[in-house]
Amino acid sequence: MSTMAVTLDQTIAQKQHSFFSRMFASQTFWVVIAVILACIFLSFATDAFATQKNLYNITRNITFVAIIALGMTFVIITGGIDLSVGSVLCLSSMVLAVTMHAGYSIEIGILASIATALAIGAFNGILIAYLGFPPFVVTLGMLSIARSLAMVASNNTVVFQFGPDHDKLLALGGGAWVFGIANPVLYMILLALITGFTLRWTKFGRHIFAIGGNEHAATLTGVPVKQIKVAVYMISALAAGIAGIVQTGWLGAVTTNLGTGMELQVIAATVIGGANLAGGVGTAFGAIVGAALIEVIRNSLGLLGINAFWQGVFIGGAILLAVLFDRIRNFRRND
Amino acid sequence: MTFQPNVIPDPSHGEARRLVAVLELTNISKHFGAIQAVNDVSLSIEPGQVVGLMGDNGAGKSTLVKMIAGNFRPSHGSMQMDGKELILHKPVEARQHGIEIVHQDLALCNNLTAAANVYLGRELRRGVGPFRILDYAAMYKRAGQIFAELKSETRPRDLVKQMSGGQRQAVAIARTMLSQAKIVLMDEPTAAISVRQVAEVLNLIRHLRDQGIAVVLISHRMPDVFDVADRVIVMRRGRKVADKRIASSSPEEVTGLITGAIEQV
Repeated sequence: MSTMAVTLDQTIAQKQHSFFSRMFASQTFWVVIAVILACIFLSFATDAFATQKNLYNITRNITFVAIIALGMTFVIITGGIDLSVGSVLCLSSMVLAVTMHAGYSIEIGILASIATALAIGAFNGILIAYLGFPPFVVTLGMLSIARSLAMVASNNTVVFQFGPDHDKLLALGGGAWVFGIANPVLYMILLALITGFTLRWTKFGRHIFAIGGNEHAATLTGVPVKQIKVAVYMISALAAGIAGIVQTGWLGAVTTNLGTGMELQVIAATVIGGANLAGGVGTAFGAIVGAALIEVIRNSLGLLGINAFWQGVFIGGAILLAVLFDRIRNFRRND
Repeated sequence: MTFQPNVIPDPSHGEARRLVAVLELTNISKHFGAIQAVNDVSLSIEPGQVVGLMGDNGAGKSTLVKMIAGNFRPSHGSMQMDGKELILHKPVEARQHGIEIVHQDLALCNNLTAAANVYLGRELRRGVGPFRILDYAAMYKRAGQIFAELKSETRPRDLVKQMSGGQRQAVAIARTMLSQAKIVLMDEPTAAISVRQVAEVLNLIRHLRDQGIAVVLISHRMPDVFDVADRVIVMRRGRKVADKRIASSSPEEVTGLITGAIEQV
């Protein structure tokens, strides 16, 4: 009997792969290696890279894409996509700017901005979950609608005066309250921790993976699929809204072309970081690392004196390379 | 809600004693518009009994099972569970009454572990109030114990993606053992797997039976039904045309009943 118990415990403890074999098999791991190697190379190849100012800029530039990529990760794990994030970022920024410009406090401005983002996310989610619209189409429509609403809200002007709490807003986005780390970076780290925790340790997170793995199975086993789908689009829009608020504070001005094309950068970051557009796979860390790789590529091209027109080629190449790793791994497994 | 576990029938009395039915269907009919899918079917299922439900495509097997599973409501007739009226509005209610289903496609998520699949929709959590996190350890442990009870080699931490057909069946069946199921409905569990794995699945069914659970096995495969079932019910064109003990029937007779060569017994 005691031998039985031991065997059972061993079976329960038995892992398919060791920690290291899992790490080497992970796309995220290789992207981290790529980022580190690129940083080491750039530190030696250029004088400007490893300066405090440049590192400060890089880390801060990563954050806006990374924060939205965290929200996008939820959507992509369910097998969906959210193309509206760039426009939602713009609209949230504009709502904040216009509200504060009209003389309201920063708290009210942020509240209005977040409420707008959540409402848009809920709208997307309800159309997708309850009416069965394809996510691509719904969010493509919203990409157009949200930016248009931002133009309406501001009459297509640039807003750079934020009323009585002007300085508070600029400090929120542009300050460095802890150890000289740019504030946006702190927000990103905090949100990444929350995302990682939610995905790994909550029932909600588990159900998100289940929906991406087999939506039909999730429905049959009693997972509230529709509510969860609405929630993930709200989270994605919320992330875009938060990024919009932070970016407004950092830039000190909002224009209606803010965040144009950002959805593609965000999706690229998520995919480079190991999320699978077919659903069922993705991590918070991957989203950050993906955003980091894109920013390091952009930064290094500038520092190495390569024409900025080449940027797209390198970022596109990184996307393909990252997914290539995944394919090679799959081929090997199928053999 | 709590469930009284079923009394496990004493096999020595088996044949002679009439057991209290766990589920009783009386004059059940279901029509969809003009189509009569199930017509005036009555049957009773006893604890610890494996019932083979056979019939050609369109004979009404699936419709019948979907009414028991809470997917459809009967147009006529009534269902009773443990002597009490049973009315189901949705599948979740069937589960609350101890009716579990193993779907034909198994309803598994390939990207999750065996334990995660077993507990899908009923995850265990620990913590206080709203601060509750998934209890991985408890879920791995209980899933491992269930697999051991089922004599399956499935390991709780393995991803379902990399499992054989038999192991996948074990994961789907393990789900039914989380709560105190009274009836397990299995939809074609042996349709798409290898011969060796079929034996594995039939053993899983026997383990369920030995715990006093009634199993309804919907199958096209005559050898499986005659191997594992105590009783066979044959449906043809929405009607029940036979309901007899396996020992007093034969594959030839059942084939005749399915095709209509034998009208009714």
